[in-house]
Amino acid sequence: MTDGFVSRLKASLTKTRQRFLAPLEEAMLFHKKISPEFYEELEEILIASDVGYKTTSLLLDKLKEKVKTEKTDQINEIKGYLREIMTALLSVLSPPDLDTDLPLALLVVGVNGVGKTTSIAKLAEYYKGKDKSCLLVAGDTFRAAAIDQLRVWGQRLGIDLIHHQEGADPGAVAFDGISAANARKVDVAIFDTAGRLHTKVNLMTELEKVHRVVSQNLGERRLLNLLVLDATTGQNALSQARAFHEAVGIDGIILTKLDGTAKGGIVLAIAAELGLPIVWLGIGEQSEDLRRFDPDEFVKALFA
Amino acid sequence: MVFSNLSEKLQETFRRLRGKGKLGEKDVDEALRQVKLALLEADVNFRVVRGFINRVKERAIGQEVLNSLTPGQMVIKIVHQELAKVMGEKAENLKISDRAPSIYLLAGLQGAGKTTTVGKLGAFLKKQGRRPLLTAADVYRPAAAKQLQVLGEQIDLPVYCGEGKDPVAIAAQAVERARQTQRDIVLIDTAGRLHINEELMDELLEIKKAVNPVEILLVVDAMTGQDAVTVAQSFNEKLGLTGLILTKLDSDTRGGAALSIREVTGCPIKFIGTGEKMDGIEVFHPQRLASRILGMGDVLTLIEKVEATVEAEQAKNLMKKIQKDQFTLEDFMVQMRQVQKMGPLEQVFSMIPGMKSKQLQGLALDEKSLKHIEAIIQSMTIEERRTPQIINASRRKRIARGSGRPIQEVNRLLNQFEQSKKMMKQLGNIGKGGFPKLPFM
Repeated sequence: MTDGFVSRLKASLTKTRQRFLAPLEEAMLFHKKISPEFYEELEEILIASDVGYKTTSLLLDKLKEKVKTEKTDQINEIKGYLREIMTALLSVLSPPDLDTDLPLALLVVGVNGVGKTTSIAKLAEYYKGKDKSCLLVAGDTFRAAAIDQLRVWGQRLGIDLIHHQEGADPGAVAFDGISAANARKVDVAIFDTAGRLHTKVNLMTELEKVHRVVSQNLGERRLLNLLVLDATTGQNALSQARAFHEAVGIDGIILTKLDGTAKGGIVLAIAAELGLPIVWLGIGEQSEDLRRFDPDEFVKALFA
Repeated sequence: MVFSNLSEKLQETFRRLRGKGKLGEKDVDEALRQVKLALLEADVNFRVVRGFINRVKERAIGQEVLNSLTPGQMVIKIVHQELAKVMGEKAENLKISDRAPSIYLLAGLQGAGKTTTVGKLGAFLKKQGRRPLLTAADVYRPAAAKQLQVLGEQIDLPVYCGEGKDPVAIAAQAVERARQTQRDIVLIDTAGRLHINEELMDELLEIKKAVNPVEILLVVDAMTGQDAVTVAQSFNEKLGLTGLILTKLDSDTRGGAALSIREVTGCPIKFIGTGEKMDGIEVFHPQRLASRILGMGDVLTLIEKVEATVEAEQAKNLMKKIQKDQFTLEDFMVQMRQVQKMGPLEQVFSMIPGMKSKQLQGLALDEKSLKHIEAIIQSMTIEERRTPQIINASRRKRIARGSGRPIQEVNRLLNQFEQSKKMMKQLGNIGKGGFPKLPFM
């Protein structure tokens, strides 16, 4: 690697909206032809986007195969191929139905600090905007003031909140929540849960209980378990997704904090390694900043 | 289990190294390729990895390794030295300003754990005889101030929330309040913000100018990926950080972000946070963490923890018993209670050299199962507790009935007991002053 490359990378790291594309284009310009050195650089670019080593290797294998079958050495083709491969990878996953076939119960889970409560507020606003009735359930009885945080959101949005005291049994809150949702016939009941590290056996068992309580009292309601992941998380996101999936079965992923400089390459790793669909993207703090995930759009943004 | 995956990978690589006599350049390359992959998978920034690998390679392919008698040891030493160099040379304490109060400003992205850390740091400083005032300058996140108030109540420390919606004014008022009430430390919790949000970054700078903190600490989630570098750099350029606090280290993250951030900002990591309880904070020891990465276990930390928890006399007796192989189920129970006081078992055992995360999986014990274990042991006769070998099938059945636990659990406990006996022996060797023989040395 030349010094020029290093300093160029350094410079691009300080850019605020450095995306995947800029280094890719620079690498293409620099290498001119498809070569082992170019692949090596591409590998680094992907890893730098949190794609992870395993998925990066998978993508590169597919890319090399494509290059071989197309019998090309034109570096300009790479972008198109890569886009195709990534879109294909993300498109095979079918997201759950979130809009029709109501009523719904959404159980929102994740580790500490990923943005569960904020995402819940955005989800509530989304459904409210579609004239659906909502109910919030304050299942985080552990963190100080978590209930208050959700209450503030409920008041802002004019949505009722089912809650107990801090320290209460989250299973009991869940039961009251699902009972109230069914009695009031609300379209969408959204269950907040306490942030928990996926490695804590006790807390994961507690979550399984909450899930059991909700799923056994659904009535006509469909239950979807949504895992919130922070886009700035590295390869540990895989570990998180695996553990939560094992505990309650994850129907879809909400990827938050994509408004920073993180490139969200972890999306590809999750698709390739776990096959879990991403359903929402959080790209800001405003409620309209929660967007439905679209593989085409996501890959397009990556290359734009 | 900090870094356990990385440790395993590196151990695997070095085991392969051991098999050969002297190392050729090719061997070093192969080994370092493994190190590189391990570091990348651990979320260490790829630029940092490249620099690190080059430095190690430069030193390894020189005379040192090739002419050394034990090449494996030499490479380990070099990797370890370089890791330790990146992590910082020694533990660094918080600075105290000449004139009270000392002001600490905590900043970071949303969800990094700032508010919890402010509480923990307050409890930590209070234990050292300081008189901290906690300040809630997060006016954006709903109920953030309330959260800090609740934490303040838990640890019995005053919290200043101020009036109005201006974090700069709140911070300044808090300092004034601290002077009036003889508080010698002011901990300022700020709102989580993105490093690219100019307006909010400017606000932090305003707070800095207004209160002139002696430490500006960046709180970073240990699970952060490649972007950790960008985030840390932005905060550092804007504010001039003096230190870092790494949170959520009780997850299974490989924690490579620590390495990256340290290398890029040059700021020392001062504390690590584990768990949600208010005592879940430790001074960061770079050397130890570097050792842990290499799978040498964090022997120092473990010994310290054991010393703090187990009474010295008791420990001596226990050691004797372990060495004479007279460790009984009664001791086991006492031991389990003590280990529990030290913190989560996995965390304690992960510090023992040679322990792999796979071995630890069977050991995940929670409070409830501890109670069950007590019930099972108490359903045994004294003789059974002292010589568990005599516990045959019919005795097992009786014990299961007596304790109200399924027979599988009785079996599991007996297995666990055998396992921990082995582990205690390992510990015993450390206690005797010798470093346990590492499989790859």
